[in-house]
Amino acid sequence: MKPQSMGQAVLIGLALIYLASLYFMSSPVWMGFTINALIVAVVALAWNITGGFGGMASFGHAAMYGTGAYASAILQVQYGINAWIAFAAGIVAGAAMGAFIGALAFRYGLKGSYFALVTLAFAEVLRICASSFAITGGGSGLQLRLEPGLSTLQFNERAVVYTILLVIVALVMALTAWLKYSRFGAYLIAVRENEDAARALGIDTYRIKVKAMAISGAFAGLAGVLYLQVWLFIDSAVVYGSAVSIEALIGPIIGGAGTVWGPLIGTLGLHLLGEGAKHLLHNAPGLNFVLYAVVLICALRFLPQGLMGLAARIGTFRKKDDDNA
Amino acid sequence: MLEVRNLSKSFGGLKAVSDASLDVPEGGIVGLLGPNGAGKTTCFTMIAGFTKPDHGSVRFNGQDVTGLPPHRICAMGMIRTFQIVQPFAGLTVQENIAVGAYLHHHDRAEAMAVARQVGKRLGMGAMLDRPASSLTIAGRKRLELARALATGAKLLLLDEVMAGLIPSEVSEIVGIIRQIRDEGHTFLMIEHVMQAVMSLAETAYVLNHGKMIAHGTPRELVQDPGVVEAYLGHGAAARLQEGHHA
Repeated sequence: MKPQSMGQAVLIGLALIYLASLYFMSSPVWMGFTINALIVAVVALAWNITGGFGGMASFGHAAMYGTGAYASAILQVQYGINAWIAFAAGIVAGAAMGAFIGALAFRYGLKGSYFALVTLAFAEVLRICASSFAITGGGSGLQLRLEPGLSTLQFNERAVVYTILLVIVALVMALTAWLKYSRFGAYLIAVRENEDAARALGIDTYRIKVKAMAISGAFAGLAGVLYLQVWLFIDSAVVYGSAVSIEALIGPIIGGAGTVWGPLIGTLGLHLLGEGAKHLLHNAPGLNFVLYAVVLICALRFLPQGLMGLAARIGTFRKKDDDNA
Repeated sequence: MLEVRNLSKSFGGLKAVSDASLDVPEGGIVGLLGPNGAGKTTCFTMIAGFTKPDHGSVRFNGQDVTGLPPHRICAMGMIRTFQIVQPFAGLTVQENIAVGAYLHHHDRAEAMAVARQVGKRLGMGAMLDRPASSLTIAGRKRLELARALATGAKLLLLDEVMAGLIPSEVSEIVGIIRQIRDEGHTFLMIEHVMQAVMSLAETAYVLNHGKMIAHGTPRELVQDPGVVEAYLGHGAAARLQEGHHA
């Protein structure tokens, strides 16, 4: 998680200063906005595991996000199960959905845009299913009963919600860093760079990829559950909609895919930009997506390694040359 | 150590390899020669588990490994390298080697230590912290070898590790391979660089149009009329003979 250059240290510092400053600004608008951005950052971190480290660009992370949210909501609303258990179940459901999609797609050797299309198709099928069945509340969605408290995982205080989200984002990032420097992380990067060479070195690439999808699915499911607990309402368009999938991939790509900080920085930057544009142009609906598209195209053209990649080139810390034998 | 019997593979109507058999004794260096398109690499992919043979069997250390997936075969101690070397970009040289070492060392510190040790043995000590993508061709060939060694494999199938190297680099790699062999490894190598084959291989097989046409010491093979014709065309052996007598 250590920054490798002055530029990266500045970028991370800016993000941290912004996040900390919200405690002193006492602006409910900004805090609400940032709470949203943090939930998106968790899906972005989920996408980063498969798309960033594993090179499997999914276009349908909404499938896992929505499954997590719906699993938790159905358990709480339809079966009256405790919010904590439902919370855990949402994460497990997200992981299971990720593993299922991965197992199917990789069994047939899907890669690149074919994999992206299949994930998109899964998310869309799930969206349509969720809007048609009674257990998911059909077209009207599911609403949690408002009962603030620790046992229901609902909090009135914005600052409390914000703090919990900050802790969760930090935990997910710490897990990402740990994965990156583990055997699994090295194998995942090897699979991204050259699958045949990875197989020759004794890596069961199919298992590694499915495992990555399961971990990514767990993070995405977690984000879905967080959305549910913060806003207490979900419907099929909100949690299975392609907007979720797009936001999941755009943050890491702009911030720097395959880095620990990239997804958070990219997501925060984009949301600030989108919010700023909305205020300037008087809330024209959908304008943030137009802006995202422009930023995405520019990032792909000029910043293939995202903001973290750009910052890495500014003021590189000198590495000590130990052991030149 | 390795017994390949009657291996055959067709792609559509094309018989890429037919009835190929070979043996690699433990501690040996065996060459696999043949003109371009003879089926050498196809042989390798079948032995290492990347493609399933239509017929035939591969036995490694007495165990039948025919049709097993590559990662299982690698775990048993046989590994192949690739003709076109592609280091894992975005990782340092040491981390690249560690990907191989992780096979039997699950802990990062341990795998990195093994990687450092293997890297130094192959004369890459000064490059360990460099990004792998910055290596020259010669460096990449060494890295490919280092990664394979780090898995702890005992039998290495090398696919043209000398291709694209200048003569001084070839003699360095030849030295390295000999050193690794003396440490208890066995090699089966596809090679076009005759300087390397002549000085390294104890025996060699020659493949042409998917069939084994000759087997012997490299010195016998260069005088074999069938081998000469495979490389230089029909009638070439006779003309060479005439040239010698004239």
